[in-house]
Amino acid sequence: MLGTMYSILSPGGNVQSGARIPSLALDQQLHLYRLMCLNRRVDDQMIRLQRQGRLGFYVGSQGEEAAIIGSAFALEPRDWVVPCYRELGAALVKGFPLIDLFSQFFGNSRDLTKGRQMPNHYANHDLRVTSISSPVGSQIPHAIGLALGARLAGNDDVALVYFGDGATSQGDFHVATNFAGVFKTPTILFCRNNQWAISVPVESQTASRNMAVKATAYGIEGVRVDGNDIFAVYDVTSKAVAKARRGEGPTLIEAVTYRRGGHSTSDDPNSYRDDAEVEPWIERDPILRFRLYLTRQGHWDDDKEQALEDEVRATIRNSLDEAFRSGPPSLDTVFEDVYDEMPWHLREQMESVCTPEEFQTVEQGT
Amino acid sequence: MPSIPMNQAIREALHEEMARDSSIFVLGEDVIAHGGPYAVTRGIAEQFPDRIRQTPISEAAIVGTAVGAALCGLRPVAEIMYVDFITCAMDEVVNQMAKVRYMFGGQTDVPVILRLPSGSARLIAAQHSQSLEAWFMHVPGLQVAVPSTPRDAKGLMKSALRGRDPVMFIEYKRLYSVKGEVPDTEYVIPFGQADVKRQGEDITVVASGPMVGKALEAARILSAEGIELEVIDPRTLVPLDTDTIFSSVEKTNRAIITDEEVRRGGSSAELASRIAEECFDYLDAPVRRVAAADVPMPFSPVLEKLAVPSVEKLLAAARDLVA
Repeated sequence: MLGTMYSILSPGGNVQSGARIPSLALDQQLHLYRLMCLNRRVDDQMIRLQRQGRLGFYVGSQGEEAAIIGSAFALEPRDWVVPCYRELGAALVKGFPLIDLFSQFFGNSRDLTKGRQMPNHYANHDLRVTSISSPVGSQIPHAIGLALGARLAGNDDVALVYFGDGATSQGDFHVATNFAGVFKTPTILFCRNNQWAISVPVESQTASRNMAVKATAYGIEGVRVDGNDIFAVYDVTSKAVAKARRGEGPTLIEAVTYRRGGHSTSDDPNSYRDDAEVEPWIERDPILRFRLYLTRQGHWDDDKEQALEDEVRATIRNSLDEAFRSGPPSLDTVFEDVYDEMPWHLREQMESVCTPEEFQTVEQGT
Repeated sequence: MPSIPMNQAIREALHEEMARDSSIFVLGEDVIAHGGPYAVTRGIAEQFPDRIRQTPISEAAIVGTAVGAALCGLRPVAEIMYVDFITCAMDEVVNQMAKVRYMFGGQTDVPVILRLPSGSARLIAAQHSQSLEAWFMHVPGLQVAVPSTPRDAKGLMKSALRGRDPVMFIEYKRLYSVKGEVPDTEYVIPFGQADVKRQGEDITVVASGPMVGKALEAARILSAEGIELEVIDPRTLVPLDTDTIFSSVEKTNRAIITDEEVRRGGSSAELASRIAEECFDYLDAPVRRVAAADVPMPFSPVLEKLAVPSVEKLLAAARDLVA
């Protein structure tokens, strides 16, 4: 299941012999740890809200926080994140405010995507987090375009695209990776191999030995990394980013991790896999591993853990309260942004479904 | 005014706009060596060597790459060798290019232009001869331009390159070599403005692409019989200038819609339906459609001739309408 992969920390949080911790200041390490905990708590809270019937749908990332946060942290603010749909942590690294994420989950009037996208399909162009796309793998070519665009515009921005193991079966993965190789675009192709594509195990997804090996066919570098090791993920991604920035082309990174929860709140993994399979991955938990390391280094203890827990819970609660206070989007926005200027046929439809008084009523929140 | 063929008119629009706007770049298969199969992009590699990418064969990656490049502020113009091959990229067209601005909550535009050689020409059968305007019209977010003359092609391409919307730019292959006068001074043709190609009192013929020329030919023949056709070219199907069409129908009280798409579910169906909804009280006869047979385009010249709408079919429809 695991095979050979680059790692720095053992599951017990010890530095592997011969491995070197990447140069991250202590405050950066603690920031990463906080984001991982925040990611986990947001997931827990949203799944709870979904079970309570207060949220329609949610995609969690329990157990994959190191892969997601460690990779995104290797980027500069000007770099592009092209998410799949399980990368809440990358959005947090990018500085996506919680209130904006929660507003998106509820599709309220504060939602940057104006209540048009299903939960977890957030986007923030200013933060360079692109719109999440539901057809699996269809976002991968966009990362080639963003990276090619950077080259054409004469800057050294890079684009990092996330996708799962299932997406490597899609044509878009192959054609995009081929383009990346041919044009040597500054793209990081980041495959979260979490072993499951809804109910289909990775063994049924590909006959390849692993995902990283697929890079060979396209003439690019492929790297396999322990996706539950925050330092290893950060290290390989940093190197890939630096290489891309130097104009030396793309890298395919396979982060070996595990989807601890269901594919989404619409999925029940108990119907297709045994708890016994999940058990070892709880021992390989990325947050626990990082905490054990920080504790051994003398940077962390139970009091700090409790203080962080309290702070994270309060932060989530405050943002949630704020999101719940916002009403629905105004009705007329349904016709906006289809075109740059609203054509007559949309104006006509807008006027036929809503009177100006009705628009006002909605805007007043009644 | 100089008289030039349509492929040259589009080429001029690209060259002039690329000189004006450094964010425009060209990508597609064979766009450097041959300038594409119809030589539209010829010379761009010499004049703008850093702003053209000849790509591996993948329509999906071409469109997906164009979408990504548009997200970071560029204006990609992608050539799809034949519109028939857009099927390989339909997810990127329908789910991405058309919807990204809306799904982003309007935070960004996706000004991608897809150049789409279309229609029957030189006996190239079912997978090189299609007209897929109706597919694209059906997707909110896409604009659809269908020039019928070199002048319109250049002016519409310039508008497309200055707009903020994704554009499906339908180029009829059979029209690439047809010459027409093009102003040698700067001009653009806005989207959503139909052009009355011929005035007449008896029947409104809404014709697009190659059917504009056939409608004008039919009009010359019918004029000798005392039937005057008013030929209207919408030029863009999205946005559509219905005002010009409705005014004409209110004057003539009869309408024929003609294009080279297969008839069932074609753009003619949308136009006929709009006319029926808005001009019912003015109509003296049912709206007629003259379009391609509902079959895949056959190769044999004898069979192809049957499938493609002809001047004769237009004449028959018109004579029947005024009988």
